[in-house]
Amino acid sequence: MERIPILRIGSLLLVTIQVDLYDDLALQLQDDLSTRIADLGATGVLIDISALEIVDSFIGRTLANIAAIARVLDAETVVVGMQPAVAITLVELGMSLPGIRTALNVDLGMEYLRQAATGGDGVGTDHYAE
Amino acid sequence: METVSEQIITRSEILPIRTQIDLVHVRQRVRTWLSEERFTLIDQTKIVTAASELARNALEHGGGGQMEMSLLAVGARKGIRLKFSDQGPGIADIAMALKDGYTTAGGMGLGLSGSKRLMSEFDIQSSPGAGTVVTVTRWK
Repeated sequence: MERIPILRIGSLLLVTIQVDLYDDLALQLQDDLSTRIADLGATGVLIDISALEIVDSFIGRTLANIAAIARVLDAETVVVGMQPAVAITLVELGMSLPGIRTALNVDLGMEYLRQAATGGDGVGTDHYAE
Repeated sequence: METVSEQIITRSEILPIRTQIDLVHVRQRVRTWLSEERFTLIDQTKIVTAASELARNALEHGGGGQMEMSLLAVGARKGIRLKFSDQGPGIADIAMALKDGYTTAGGMGLGLSGSKRLMSEFDIQSSPGAGTVVTVTRWK
């Protein structure tokens, strides 16, 4: 079965979604990430969705599930690079993705995860949105 | 002088919704049309997202079906109409099904209500045992 690659950088996991995300592929990613977090003791997960042209309720829910599972496994998740049109559509759809930490780009997302891993929580900066 | 322009279908296509891959094809095909017809990026994103939600409904709740997409013209105005049909169990309480957060499949319950918000026009025809037809239109 097709899989989305997961890269490891130190204690962080990095995923860039560059394919059309059908439902089973999204669920496979959720399973793979959960396993990798536990196996490696990862402290953070960064998911780059800048190539995603839409996020519908299923993909949104899967991202929320990944963040929730990671949290239970003691890892932070940050979703980066959402296109403005996708953000507008998601909110109109009725999903504001509560519980998902987002950042505008990979650099800011990595910075947040590194701070989170060393005890900071990013509060006080305006680079991040809940 | 006032003339009433007739609604003309300038283009039409039917796509199957039988598998998750069909769902991806539906999204891609709708996107291609909208791009060719020069809908704005935000409109494209909204319409493709609504198509994804409604196609998934037809697949998950209706056991599969089809989408008929048509390009409409009323005078100089263009629009796209997407009609999703399935032969599934149908919906007994449509008003309830249209509420945010109402779900029978463990999802978010945003498919119908969210799609309605993303499109200009929304129509649903359904009754128990008779399948479901959802027709949505968005004008440029």
